[in-house]
Amino acid sequence: MTAMTTNWIEIGLLEDIPREGARLIRTPSGCIAVFRTAGDEVHALDDRCPHKGGPLSQGIVHGTSVTCPLHNWVFDLSTGLAQGADEGQVATYPVRVREGVLQIAAGKLAAER
Amino acid sequence: MTDKKKLVVIGAGMASGRMLETLLEAAPDAYDVTLFGAEPRGNYNRIMLSPVLAGEKSYEQIVTHDGDWYAANGIACRFGETVTRIDRNAKTVTTAAGETPYDKLVIATGSAPFIIPIAGRDLPGVRAFRDLDDVEAMVEAAARPGAKAVVIGGGLLGLEAAAALRSRGMEVVVLHLMGHLMERQLDPAAGHLLRRELEGRGITVHTQAQTKAILGNERVEAVLLDDGTVYPADLVVMAVGIRPEIRIAVDAGLDVERGIVIDDRTFTSDPDILAVGECVEHERVCYGLVAPLYTMAGVAAKTLLGEEAAFRPLETATQLKVTGVSLYSAGDFADGEDRDEIVLRDASAGIYKRLVLKDNRIIGAVLYGEAADGPWFFDHIRNRTDISDMRETLIFGQSYQGGAPLDPTAAVAALPPEAEICGCNGVCKGTIVTAIETRGLTTLDEVRAHTKASASCGTCTGLVEQLMQATLGEAFAVQAVKPVCGCTHLGHDEVRRLIRAKELKSIPAVMQELEWTSSGGCAKCRPALNYYLVCDWPDEYADDYQSRFINERVHANIQKDGTYSVVPRMWGGVTSAAELRAIADVVDKFDIPTVKVTGGQRIDMLGIRKEDLPEVWADLGKAGFVSGHAYAKGLRTVKTCVGSDWCRFGTQDSTGLGIAIEKFMWGSWTPAKVKMAVSGCPRNCAEATCKDVGVICVDSGFEIHFAGAAGLDIKGTEVLGHVATEGEVMRHIVALVQMYREQGHYLERIYKWAKRIGLDEIRRQIMDELERREAYYERFVFSQKFAQVDPWSERASGKDKHEFKPLATLELEAAQ
Ligand code: SRM
Ligand SMILES: Cc1cc2nc3c(=O)[nH]c(=O)nc-3n(C[C@H](O)[C@H](O)[C@H](O)COP(=O)(O)OP(=O)(O)OC[C@H]3O[C@@H](n4cnc5c(N)ncnc54)[C@H](O)[C@@H]3O)c2cc1C
Ligand code: SF4
Ligand code: FES
Repeated sequence: MTAMTTNWIEIGLLEDIPREGARLIRTPSGCIAVFRTAGDEVHALDDRCPHKGGPLSQGIVHGTSVTCPLHNWVFDLSTGLAQGADEGQVATYPVRVREGVLQIAAGKLAAER
Repeated sequence: MTDKKKLVVIGAGMASGRMLETLLEAAPDAYDVTLFGAEPRGNYNRIMLSPVLAGEKSYEQIVTHDGDWYAANGIACRFGETVTRIDRNAKTVTTAAGETPYDKLVIATGSAPFIIPIAGRDLPGVRAFRDLDDVEAMVEAAARPGAKAVVIGGGLLGLEAAAALRSRGMEVVVLHLMGHLMERQLDPAAGHLLRRELEGRGITVHTQAQTKAILGNERVEAVLLDDGTVYPADLVVMAVGIRPEIRIAVDAGLDVERGIVIDDRTFTSDPDILAVGECVEHERVCYGLVAPLYTMAGVAAKTLLGEEAAFRPLETATQLKVTGVSLYSAGDFADGEDRDEIVLRDASAGIYKRLVLKDNRIIGAVLYGEAADGPWFFDHIRNRTDISDMRETLIFGQSYQGGAPLDPTAAVAALPPEAEICGCNGVCKGTIVTAIETRGLTTLDEVRAHTKASASCGTCTGLVEQLMQATLGEAFAVQAVKPVCGCTHLGHDEVRRLIRAKELKSIPAVMQELEWTSSGGCAKCRPALNYYLVCDWPDEYADDYQSRFINERVHANIQKDGTYSVVPRMWGGVTSAAELRAIADVVDKFDIPTVKVTGGQRIDMLGIRKEDLPEVWADLGKAGFVSGHAYAKGLRTVKTCVGSDWCRFGTQDSTGLGIAIEKFMWGSWTPAKVKMAVSGCPRNCAEATCKDVGVICVDSGFEIHFAGAAGLDIKGTEVLGHVATEGEVMRHIVALVQMYREQGHYLERIYKWAKRIGLDEIRRQIMDELERREAYYERFVFSQKFAQVDPWSERASGKDKHEFKPLATLELEAAQ
């Protein structure tokens, strides 16, 4: 919670993630799924569905949502909120692309965990 | 028998077809009927040649009367025979085969396409657009890559041909003599919108085009206009108009003007000769649309039975049958001193509506872009309704009348019983409602069968459905087409049809063209679309793995804890020491927690970490294993029993046959999973009678079964048929599966598909129609070329690496 100056960590290239797909980053406290939409937006969410722990990185990405592979809950990628009748939220992390390089905000990472 | 009167009919087209139907329904035994037709086939729905040309329908789908119908009604069919002479004294007609006597004669020769008398009109490659032969010739011309077509005539027929040829990939130019397209039905403004639409599809439109000559040596090469323009052409379609086909009537000395003159009872000037259809003229009018001709045909049938009936002049309305264009016109809309008009334009939505009024009555209507109100306006034209009270809101159509807008169903419910719903067949609302109520009809097909409503050109299908909804309420709602998902209002059938008709070859193209309402689809429609595209364009479509469910994307089954299970193929359930040893080694090497024999006669390894999958597959691959597709909407297992090799009851080599089937069909994608089994005798130890496809071996050969279920539903199979050899088993089941692949809705198992299509229909196509079966078979074989690649070995050698490795591993210390 120290920093106003965000410390960005490079995690790979945008093109390492397929459009409408996701890749994982491992951290000591669990996996984070980094999603890339058809329009090249990127989003990072905890890779754990609040329903029964499904790996969201394995779901189908459509628009700016992902459908969990285990029981089809749908989450908004920018807010992490479950859509429709289901209730729940997944933690999100700031990510950005700088000249094709993906970066995740270390501050939020540390603070959340 | 012999004292039955002889009825001879010349022309097996739409008008005589309807007349015979009406006649035979009322009095099956009144006449001995002989039917002559110049075309080598019976009556079909000529109107639908446009969709056939566009590839949206097949010829089989537009046949009105098939061989069974003619046989059941005892009609002597003389198809392929042109009548060249009528001898009114001897009361005979003459064809190349000789003379045929009649007591009553009906002339129904339709019309002949008008061919402009210019040089080159007889060159090969110049066609009219009138019958199936024309369509077949055009389809053939369109098949040549880069082929060019020039369509002469920008009327209804010409534009339907142009749009259809364009959708087949031809370069198309439309030449039209007048200043705007379809000038007989449209005013200039609507003509302009239509032109813009067609140009948007890549069709060149040249108006005020005076054709001078068709050029070419051996066959057509180009078209030359008066102004010197030359358009290269491999095909020229002449669609400039039709002329009543009157030649034999003229020769016979009947009273003929533009058409064969008939009176209200459809008699010609000879009391033993009637005439119906496009070849006639009634009160100085010749008709070129089926609605009035069907009415006329009904009158002729009654006249032949000695009943009173009279044909009276009818208004006609026109609709253009080009997929994606809504256009309706009815009545008279020329400008005039005594006329008033109301116009509505919405340029951004591409909507244009114009009503022409005279003495507070609508006399003409042109609707472009949104034509749903067409029949309602048409009704007011015919009933000469005084519209003073609704003049302000008239142009907004039916739903705005009487206060709040109505939903479409309520609007149909509000129509009076005599309102016409189906223009082609002249069926009014009351007739349909009565049929639904008295006969207990619940499906669209039943309503079509009983009333003929929406059975011809089909453009009123929506209206008929709304009417069914209004009449049946909830009972119909359950029958209504279910949209694929929330992203579209289209059902699976419609989507599959349009993917083929419009040749859509990518998911974005489908979403764009079929107006998906979400930006990227959803987890329901994307896998469905991906399957349909893989199935329809096996060679061209690039499989979109991001639209596949995780199991199919990584070729293993995801488990509740995010690990995976792996099931290699064990062909027909047969394995060996070497295979078992390889599995044991893999289990040890990767610490796989559970090994289980599945219900599908093979071995499942559960709890494998995702990143280990490629290596597991590499090891299994070395022992000869390929993916068992235990995760796929595709061919799963072919269970077998030990059969004649070992079993004392076995009649055939069920194990060998099962293995052969599995080796032939593995890798294919299907709407839902497909499981098969082959049992060596009726004791059925492989449980073949609850599978999607099952074979029971018997002494005399093989009984093929299908449409069983043993999962969420339990259902014994149905028998498809009996065949004698293993080779035939293969051809039949492959064809069956291909038929299912082409028609099934995504996630619909074979038994559900079969219930929807009808068991008899499937048996007919697969068991009885050799050509069709072979065509299905060939298409399956073609698609296997692209499907039979082992996904495991591909991935073991590096494909989709990103799926199995994390992007990065972060140490938290570094982050802080
Ligand atoms: C492994 C196996 C159970 C076993 O240990 O024996 C199995 C396991 C699963 N079955 Fe099954 N089924 C297995 C044989 C069957 C059978 C028996 C058979 O094939 O002879 C049936 C009944 C026959 C049938 O399909 O009609 C069967 C009917 C189902 C159904 C219900 C399907 C239906 O349409 O009614 C599902 C659910 C579905 O597919 O949507 C299902 C779904 C599943 C899934 C894929 C559930 C899921 O979506 O994750 C399970 C995957 C577990 C895994 O990761 O391996 N499984 N499942 C069997 C694998 C057979 C194989 O070698 O490929
Ligand atoms: C491509 C196309 C699209 C159309 N679209 C529409 C539409 O959307 N709506 C609409 O209402 N109408 C449409 N029509 C018009 C409609 O098809 C005709 O009005 C209708 O078919 C006329 O019926 P008929 O029985 O008079 O003639 P036809 O159906 O043409 O039948 C006449 C038959 O008689 C045969 N014949 C002719 N002379 C002889 C002879 N001497 N001996 C033996 N047989 C002979 C001909 O070969 C032909 O098979 C369309 C027509 C075409 C070609
Ligand atoms: S029956 Fe099939 S789907 Fe159900 S728990 Fe067992 S393996 Fe899973
Ligand atoms: S675990 Fe994600 S929906 Fe059940």
